[in-house]
Amino acid sequence: MADQILDAKGLNCPLPILRAKKALKELATGQVLEIQATDPGSIPDFEAFCRTTGNQLLESKQDGKIYTFLIKRTA
Amino acid sequence: MLDKLEQSIFIYANKEKYIGGLKSSLGLSGWELHMDTPAPGNTVASNAKSMSIIVTKGSLDWAYPPFILATTAAAMGVDVTMFFTFYGLPLLLKKLDLQISTLGNPAMKMPMMGTHMVMPNLIGMLPGVDAAASVMMKNLIKKKGVASIEELREAAIESDVKMIACQMTMDLFEYKLEDMIDGPILGGAASYMERALKADVNLYI
Repeated sequence: MADQILDAKGLNCPLPILRAKKALKELATGQVLEIQATDPGSIPDFEAFCRTTGNQLLESKQDGKIYTFLIKRTA
Repeated sequence: MLDKLEQSIFIYANKEKYIGGLKSSLGLSGWELHMDTPAPGNTVASNAKSMSIIVTKGSLDWAYPPFILATTAAAMGVDVTMFFTFYGLPLLLKKLDLQISTLGNPAMKMPMMGTHMVMPNLIGMLPGVDAAASVMMKNLIKKKGVASIEELREAAIESDVKMIACQMTMDLFEYKLEDMIDGPILGGAASYMERALKADVNLYI
């Protein structure tokens, strides 16, 4: 399960990414951050963010209007 | 095992010890060995990607792209430099009051009463119309969870985005350093070029 949960609901680009980066910095390597967002653009953006930074996107799912991402800090 | 970066930090921190060890292992104890110390701020070569952005426009709508890209790139581990020149320079003022102009902007269609409305130039010219449109835009920004420029600028500073305020524009438009936020350094085209030549991405906005 996630070590920390970030509520990014209602925030628009680029705030979910900026907040996620800030939260990831607080985590130890290997820990997992869960992000909840409502911005549909965050799906491709978190994929690109993880590919570029080397952090691992464990899960990306949609439940109604809420998007949930699990990112493991590996970078 | 130390990686290259840690190794060079270790060597510079223990310069005397390192030279001593080098001398004895090379059998040069009678010799004098010197080691160049790199200039401050230049100690360790960074492998990070870098980006530069020339910021030339200071209206509310045009202020977004440079700050969004700078903060996002910084979050993705990119070294970012922003060069604020001409109408972009006032984006560094402590107190921001950004406005939009509807004039000559036929693509600017605002959502209104379930449809999209464009402002005819003839109406956009009237006093108070731009101010009203700016208030409308700011309300939309808040409602849709879009960051304010102040918020993005703060995030940029927090994530170590380097900012250069164009000295020539400071002189030209009579801006004072004390009216600007803390953080930006003063510089000119050469300061920008030094960074742009090394950058992977260079943007002009």
